[in-house]
Amino acid sequence: MSEAEERTIELLIGPQHPASGHMRLVARVDGDVVVELRPDIGYVHRTVEKLAEVKTYLQVVPLVERPALADTANHNLGYVLAVERLLGVEAPPRAQYLRTVLAEISRIHSHLYGLGILGIMLGSSTAFMWCFNDREPLIDLAQELTGARLTYSYMIPGGVRRDLPPGFAERAEKVFRYLERRLKDYERLYFRNPVVRARTEGVGVLTREDAVRLGVVGPNLRASGVAYDVREADPYEAYPDLDFHVVTREEGDCAARMWVRVDEIRESMRLVREALSKIPDGPILHERFSKAIPPKWREWMEEKRRVKIPAAMVSLRIPPGEALSRVEAARGELTFYLVSDGSPNPYRMRMVTPSFRNVVLFRHLIRDCRVADIPAIYGSLDYFPPEADR
Amino acid sequence: MRELAERVASELGGESGESPGFAWVRVPPEKMLEAARMIREAGLEHVKAVTAIDRPEEGEIEVVYHASSYEPGRRGVLALRTSVPRDDPRLPSLVGVWPSAEYMEREQWEMLGVVFEGHPRLERLLLPEDFEGVHPLRKDYEVRTA
Repeated sequence: MSEAEERTIELLIGPQHPASGHMRLVARVDGDVVVELRPDIGYVHRTVEKLAEVKTYLQVVPLVERPALADTANHNLGYVLAVERLLGVEAPPRAQYLRTVLAEISRIHSHLYGLGILGIMLGSSTAFMWCFNDREPLIDLAQELTGARLTYSYMIPGGVRRDLPPGFAERAEKVFRYLERRLKDYERLYFRNPVVRARTEGVGVLTREDAVRLGVVGPNLRASGVAYDVREADPYEAYPDLDFHVVTREEGDCAARMWVRVDEIRESMRLVREALSKIPDGPILHERFSKAIPPKWREWMEEKRRVKIPAAMVSLRIPPGEALSRVEAARGELTFYLVSDGSPNPYRMRMVTPSFRNVVLFRHLIRDCRVADIPAIYGSLDYFPPEADR
Repeated sequence: MRELAERVASELGGESGESPGFAWVRVPPEKMLEAARMIREAGLEHVKAVTAIDRPEEGEIEVVYHASSYEPGRRGVLALRTSVPRDDPRLPSLVGVWPSAEYMEREQWEMLGVVFEGHPRLERLLLPEDFEGVHPLRKDYEVRTA
């Protein structure tokens, strides 16, 4: 054993939920300097890809939502888009707007979740409490639209399950005004706090070149100056109609990653406001499915402004083929690759989540830094183990 | 992307096509490394997914790399695909060309038993350390459901 090796010791962190879910970090440290760190993942692997092969296409909707509990809407959307591409159908415009609204509410919710986790990892329990508490009004909004707090299963092949409740835009406006006020409080207590700045600025710097080379996604990519966002690169649903700006920062450090999320919350509020102000009238389910609904149920649907899921969707069979979808989920690009063999179950469902794309950053960023930087860097990545493990 | 797919196919002796969401090119396993380099040189610097698909009836496992770029003008998706025999699935690792493939190749090795030769770390990733038996994403792995 060399002298350098003798000086270092192995430090095991986790897997008992070190932050945002069960994972283990295996660090080699020299004093309090991290020489290298290896992420050990898989503790919350739920076999989503395999389970999809024994479920029907509709049953997979709730399944793909589970890994990313703060961002279920975007996972729901990515999957449904892949199914629709296999079928060759598109949701009607009103449904596309409603999906966009929920996807952005979900993004704000997820970013607050991530900022809360970063807060507690930096030792600010107040920041954690504030962020987590302020998710509530957004969860309430989503519940009003979908009927559920977190696992919405709102988007189904060809459309959405429910229409917009009356007065929704006014209530959303109230929530956003509240959140705008709160973000000012956050700036004073949290984002511009001298301790937070000292712990995050210049720490865990990811260069633009490395971000691209490693295929990093989401706010972690954009904080390194890469203006890539699927909503702009390959626009889907209502995004082509909306005035959307990609948020970037140049520094690539923990603070930049935090600020991208903060600015994206503002951008998402703008997107929801715009979408609600110009949402078109019309059906919320594609004709292919709505025509399969008996007239009695169609009346019920008109009255309740809800969809009765037709038998043709429950036992959906898709002609053999393959399709790829990508959406900008809250933590970054989410890719679904779906293969059909004509049976009622997907033959293969590949689901590559943003956290799985970003797991490489633990090894890449957490080295030649202090042990105390581990939580700051981890927190700044908004890495969610269940989302990575699937 | 379709153009690039056709160019790779004609230079390396493969076939190309299009599916919803991406163009694709299929080459023999021994041409994968060369094809990946061509695609990388055309500016597609990362992969969004590495997927292995078990096809027991053909006695094959198909492996698909969905490559793309963050740069405006080449943000479409090109899939590089090949098939390897199911009883001895081997192909060169493409981590040297696309570092972003590292964890995904490792996962597909674990889940389907595809050996990516030259991969820096083909070790357990998501499954328990003491897991034994059929690779779970192979079709002969039985899922017990209630």
